[in-house]
Formats: sequence, structure tokens, C-alpha cells
Amino acid sequence: MNRRRIIADKLFVGFTLVALAFALLPLASIVFGVVSKGISSINVAFFTELPPNPATIQVPNPPGGLGDAVQGTLILIGLSCVIALPIAILSGVYIAEYGDNYYGSVVRFLGDVLVGIPSIVTGVLVYGLIVLTFRSYSVAAASIALGTMMIPIVSNTTSEALKAVPRSVREASFALGIKKWRTTLLVLANAKKAVSTGCLLAMARIAGETAPLLLVMGTWTLWYSGLNEPVAALSYYVYYFATSPFPNWIRLAWGAALVLLVIVLAINIGVRLVTKGQRIYA
Amino acid sequence: MKRRSDLSDQIFKVLTLAFATVAVVLTAIYFTVVVTHSTDTLMQGLSFFFGTKWLPAGGVLEIFPMIYGSMVTSAIALAIGVPVSLGVAVFLSEFCPHRLRSSLSLFVEMLAAIPSVVYGIWGIFVLAPIMTTTVDPFLERYLGFLPIFSGTIFGFSIMTAGVILSIMIIPIVASISRDALQAVPDSQREAAYALGATHSEAIRTSVVTYARTGVIASIFLGFGRAFGETMAVIMIIGNSPVINPSLFHAGATLASVIATDFPEAPAVGPLYLSALFEAALALLIVSFLVNVVARLMIRRLIRSMGSASLL
Repeated sequence: MNRRRIIADKLFVGFTLVALAFALLPLASIVFGVVSKGISSINVAFFTELPPNPATIQVPNPPGGLGDAVQGTLILIGLSCVIALPIAILSGVYIAEYGDNYYGSVVRFLGDVLVGIPSIVTGVLVYGLIVLTFRSYSVAAASIALGTMMIPIVSNTTSEALKAVPRSVREASFALGIKKWRTTLLVLANAKKAVSTGCLLAMARIAGETAPLLLVMGTWTLWYSGLNEPVAALSYYVYYFATSPFPNWIRLAWGAALVLLVIVLAINIGVRLVTKGQRIYA
Repeated sequence: MKRRSDLSDQIFKVLTLAFATVAVVLTAIYFTVVVTHSTDTLMQGLSFFFGTKWLPAGGVLEIFPMIYGSMVTSAIALAIGVPVSLGVAVFLSEFCPHRLRSSLSLFVEMLAAIPSVVYGIWGIFVLAPIMTTTVDPFLERYLGFLPIFSGTIFGFSIMTAGVILSIMIIPIVASISRDALQAVPDSQREAAYALGATHSEAIRTSVVTYARTGVIASIFLGFGRAFGETMAVIMIIGNSPVINPSLFHAGATLASVIATDFPEAPAVGPLYLSALFEAALALLIVSFLVNVVARLMIRRLIRSMGSASLL
């Protein structure tokens, strides 16, 4: 074999290594940047107090926190789950248990396509559907937008989880004379680890979602004050404070970014360790 | 014995069918709502898409600058992101020691998990300064004879947005391409080796070509992600609805203009709101088509491989 081909071979391996470095460098830089700049604002006050006055020269100006956003993000995630999970899990049940036909494959296919619709478009949809109709920005509208994003994710992961349950489970249940729907619940219970994995990944996805919130909640208010009012959100503060000129706000934006990063990475790494070896697309 | 299909079974089936239909209804609602709210500007016809004046207060609303911004930022994202992602995919599938494979894959996939606002804040305070002080001047020095690499350097620019998007598409393109490469039967590799190919020649001639449907599908999905990305873009693109030949200049995309202008649009007037709905319609159509094509390719791939493989 001539030298040139050997060198070309080595260069090719080198190129793939450089590519890997190029992919991992930003990850390292983001994690390092967010941790090093955000860690200083994480304390008890961060989770319990309201954002400080932006005027940096004001004396005394306590550092404050983003308690309202912690509360708001938890409310948003909770409400989105209440809206999305029942729909999504039953939809997944249909695809896996009754969907072995043309309609089932259409639904599954649309689920995959809907996952790829940009979140800003979902925001526009909910603005047209809810905000214009009720003439108010609200946490309810925001939860509907985030729930809409969760539905296809959870429906897909649920149907994959159920399809992975061996036929013998269903056959054993039928052999005992158990009805189809009760059998399906048994199958669901059998797949509960994989189903809840899908739900957790969907929650991680929407926890940091910001674009729809800009459209359907407008400007932030502070503590939660009703379903028809907006709430604050960590992701929104990351955007709003990071683009502000005030150093004390920017510091809190890094803190909020750190909290989001920890939530999202913990869920993603956690579920991958639990479901070792399985591929989960969410 | 025939199993009786009794009432409770029927009810349960209809119930799950109803919820499954949500996906169909949702798809229909996306298009209906966005179209019905953009009728005011749909009347303008094609001038809405090809005109370059965006003057909301003056009632002139044409979105070519944003279409340009979306196309150019996505093109930069693909130009940088695709070679890197394919390199990563080939490394993970062909060269990576078995023990490291799952943890390295996990790291790459974590790039997909990071929220886009976190990319945005990192873009403002880490990436944009690097672009302003190092990358952009370097490009201007050696490629400055091209209009796209000349002119005043602003950190908040189309170039910076393109670079951050290139990072955001890596996990999608790399992980789907890697799965496609891993699904290539070893006989393909062995056949190439038998003909005297080196490792890299075997990969280029018989592995990547065999997996090309999956690779192309992954690039489509990466494009869809870059085209629709909002938060990271609005935080670093400078949000200026003009077309400037220089990539170092601020710009705007379809997604970014919706996010920045929506909060103030209702107060300005119905035409402004309609224009933003039509921008969303353009975004919806492009991302819908891109995802449909990519998913059809992936389905065909799975079928042709005869097994419910990884994809």
C-alpha cells in the first residue's frame, strides 16, 4: 500500500477526532461558564426572595433572588403535565395496542413531525387560539402551549415503551380471561419505568422553554396570582435579565441558567443511567 | 373460544382513539389558526415574501430580510455543523473504543438537552466576545476580499447566530447519522477491506454511501432545528430587519422577529399582527415539510433494513 493512502487514512481518523473535540468543547465551555458564573448567586434567598431593584447604585440594594420564577416554573411544569400526560399516554396506548393499521401509523408519523415544529410556532398558535379569545396573557395559556409541546413527545415514548413489553404478558392476561382494557393497564404498569422516563424527558424539555412564554404571557409579574394571570419563569428571567444592562440582574440570570441546566442535565443523565442501553428518542 | 368484545373494551378503545386523534387535530389546528389570522397580509400576495421593507409603524410589512436571515444563519449552521457532526458520527460508530462509546454519545446528546436560553446567555457573554476579538477578525484578514467577510465587526451578528446554531444542530445530526452508520451491516465493511481499502476508504466508499438516507435525513432535521430556533438567536443576532451583505452585521430571522415583535404588535395594529402570523405560517410550512421528508426517509430506511432497528 502506498504511503499516500496510509497518510490519508491517518488524516481521516484525525479529522474525526478533531470533530469530536469541536463538539465537546462548547459543551464544556457552557457547563463551565454557567457553573462558574452562576454558583455565586445560588443561596437560600435565590429561591425565596423577589428580584432586586435594577438600580445598582441604590444603597442598600439586597441581592434578592428569583423565588417568583422558581415558583412560576414549578407551576408551569405541573400544569403542563396535568394537561398533556393523560392525553399523551392514552394516545400512546392507542398507537401501541390498537394502532396496527393505517390510522395508527399516520398518528405515529404526525407525532414525529409535531416534535419538530418550532416552539415559537406553538406560541403563535396558542396566542391565536387562547390569548386573542380571552384577551389576556395567562399562566393557563402558557401551560397549554407547553403541554402542546409535551403531547407528541410523551405519546411517542409511551407507544415505544408499550411495544417493548413482550407479547407473553398480554397473552398470559388474556388466558386468565382478563378483558383487553384491563390487560392494557397491566401492560402499562409493566412499562411504567419507560413511560415515566418519557414523561421526565418531556418535562426537562419544557422546563427551559422560553419562546412560547414570550408570546402568551407577555411581561412578567411577580408571585402567582391566579390562572388567568401571568407568572414569572426561570427561563424568561435568563433571557430578560441577561439582555438587561444591570450587573445585579445579569448575575441572577446566570443563577437561573445554572438552576435550569442542573434540572435538565440531572433528568437527562439520570434517565439514561436508569434505562441503560436503551435508545430513547424524545 | 371467541373472546367477547364487551362494552367496557369498546369504550376504552374509543377513548384511546379519541386521544390519539389529538395529533391529527393539532396538525390541522396549527395550519388553520395561523392562516386565518394572517389573512390581512396574505392579500398582499408574494410581495410580502419578496419585498425588503419592514416598517411596522408605517404599515409596510415585507419579510424578505427575515427569510434571508433564516436561510443564511441556517446555511452557516449546516456548513459548520454538518462536517463536525459527520466526523463525530463516524468516530463514534467506527473508531471509538467500545468502553467509551456510550459515555461519549451521552456527552454529545447532552448538547441537545441544554435549553436554548442557556445557549443564548453563553452566546452573549462567552461566544460573542470570542467572535469579535478572534474569529471575525481572522476571517476578515484572510477572506476579507469577499463582501460577506468584510465591514465593521459587531459581536451580535448573523455570523455569531450561525455559529451558535451550528453547535445546536450537532447532537441531532450526529446521533441520527451514528445510528444510520451503526446499522450498516459489517459485510459492507468487510467487502471493502477485501478489495484492499484502508479503514477510511472503506468508510467513505461503502459505509457512508450505504447509510446516506439516514445521513441526509439527519441533515434535514438539523436544518429544521436551526431554521426554527428562536431564543439563542434573538439574544445574539442583534435583531435588525435589514439585509446587509456582511455576515458581521446584525440581522433577524423569521423566528426571531416573531418573538421580538409579538409583544408590541397588538398595540400597533392588526396588519402588524397579521404579518407576524404569516411569518409563523412560513416557518410552519418549512419546518413541517422538512420534518415530513426526514421522517419518511427514516421510515423507508427502517423498512429497508427489515428490522425495527435503532432509528
